[in-house]
Amino acid sequence: MSLEGTDVAATDAVTKGGATNEDGTSEGAPLLTLSDVSKVFNGDLVALNGMSLQVRAGDFVSLLGPSGCGKSTALRLIAGLSHPTSGKIDWTGGQGAGDLGVVFQEPTLMPWATVAQNVWLPWRLRGKSYASVKDKVLEALALVGLEKFAGSYPRELSGGMKMRVSIARSLVTNPRLILMDEPFAALDEITRHKLNNDLLALRAKIGCTIIFVTHSVFESVFLSNRIVVMAARPGRVIHEVAVDAPYPRDEEFRTSSAYAAHCRAASDALHDAIGD
Amino acid sequence: MAETRMAETEAPKTRPGTKRIIDREEAARARRRRIESIGRWTLPLVVLVLMIVLWDRICVWNDIPKYILPRPGLVAETLWNDAPILFKALLITLRTTILALLVAVIGGVGLAVLFTQSKLFEMSFYPYAVVLQVTPIVAIAPLIFIYISSKIVGMLLCAWIVAFFPVLSNTTLGLNSADHNLRDLFNIYGATRWQRLRYLQLPSALPYFLGGLRIAGGLALIGAVVAEYVAGTGGVGSGLAFTILESSYRLNIPRVFAALILIAATGVVIFMALSLLSHLLLRKWHESALKRES
Repeated sequence: MSLEGTDVAATDAVTKGGATNEDGTSEGAPLLTLSDVSKVFNGDLVALNGMSLQVRAGDFVSLLGPSGCGKSTALRLIAGLSHPTSGKIDWTGGQGAGDLGVVFQEPTLMPWATVAQNVWLPWRLRGKSYASVKDKVLEALALVGLEKFAGSYPRELSGGMKMRVSIARSLVTNPRLILMDEPFAALDEITRHKLNNDLLALRAKIGCTIIFVTHSVFESVFLSNRIVVMAARPGRVIHEVAVDAPYPRDEEFRTSSAYAAHCRAASDALHDAIGD
Repeated sequence: MAETRMAETEAPKTRPGTKRIIDREEAARARRRRIESIGRWTLPLVVLVLMIVLWDRICVWNDIPKYILPRPGLVAETLWNDAPILFKALLITLRTTILALLVAVIGGVGLAVLFTQSKLFEMSFYPYAVVLQVTPIVAIAPLIFIYISSKIVGMLLCAWIVAFFPVLSNTTLGLNSADHNLRDLFNIYGATRWQRLRYLQLPSALPYFLGGLRIAGGLALIGAVVAEYVAGTGGVGSGLAFTILESSYRLNIPRVFAALILIAATGVVIFMALSLLSHLLLRKWHESALKRES
């Protein structure tokens, strides 16, 4: 079940328009820029206040913060599901169809469709027949180690496997940016660690840019090269923590002193955000 | 790897070469399950036989004449002897029922789709669908037969009025119950209205629709029977309900019972057929069709 390529060196990583350096810092071309973005609901509920963020190609950005800090709002704005009250969101070179992949907290699969049909969906909605994209679908499934389950129905899979299908679906169009909204929050600790490892391996292989919402300090440090720490009421960015530990990161990284130091830094920033 | 290692350190569930261990509690549970599975079929049959015997005895003990309450044997005999008349009538009632059900499905699903496509349309017409549903069909039917000269069309309309509402309301609910995250996903991938309807809303609505269809099947039969009573004519429209009406005028009570049995059996068959259809369409993915462990 495990993904191959866990030990792919970061230098092998092929990224579109940019790369993550061995020390984890990014210097890719700007991909997405949020300038002073705010979102107000019902006239007075400020869900997000003046968020500015530049995501570069090859970045793994975590949005970390307590409930109500606007991380999911930010993600919805980036996904185009709602529009900012003020401020601007710019895609470098404009946003094309299939530029965006999304993974929700729930696997969000269509229960009446097989695994392969679920992964086919983004292409299907763009008018591609299954035959014409079959290779891409199977390739995406192979990337998450589920090629043998193409004909299965979601109910036959475990929670972790459903999440992998969801990830495969987000990858299938080869998007420039993948948004992940607490994708592993509902899974048990063992499965979550495994999927964290697999996600990094996947990223090393295909070099995608990811914005990842979480409220776990440990998860954000393990996965990302940049942690954007957010505070609630009103939702806003208060810190950015750079995690300059090199990729690839494996289980050993979880027990290293560098990991502990980064967790400490992110945790302190989060305490600032919560206000104690 | 990790899983096998873990399994080795735990005590094995069954030791090879030893007998399977079934404790008293589990044996009792298995016994209960066996009794239940047999009882599910045999108990209703036993009750049926007892009721028929009781019916027969009551007729004999009280010396009841056959034009008031015929003995069950006579009803069976009538069912056999009058089969040509009864089955012809059955076909007519069945035709009305099935046609009405078909029109109810087309009308109900079509209207539900329109409702979900336009909120304004739904707001305008839904209340009248409810009014049509809550007004007893027996009260509307005489008017229908005054304004519509064709008996067949009139009967179809009656049956449709009672049958279409469960299809409409269930399908509307189903179309609106599509998973919200999936809706978001469809929006992100730029799905058109038609794509969203076809790939997301209609499949989501299928279990709801099938639930409505099962209710509509029974109601279509009721609508057809009521329509025949009201239309009250021989010739083209003489279905089972009319047979009951006519036979009761002639005090041919055994035939009334025979026709009644046929109507009830028809209702059961329709329900079972629609349940089977539902099972076949949903068995691969829907919760309702899945067998649970323990």
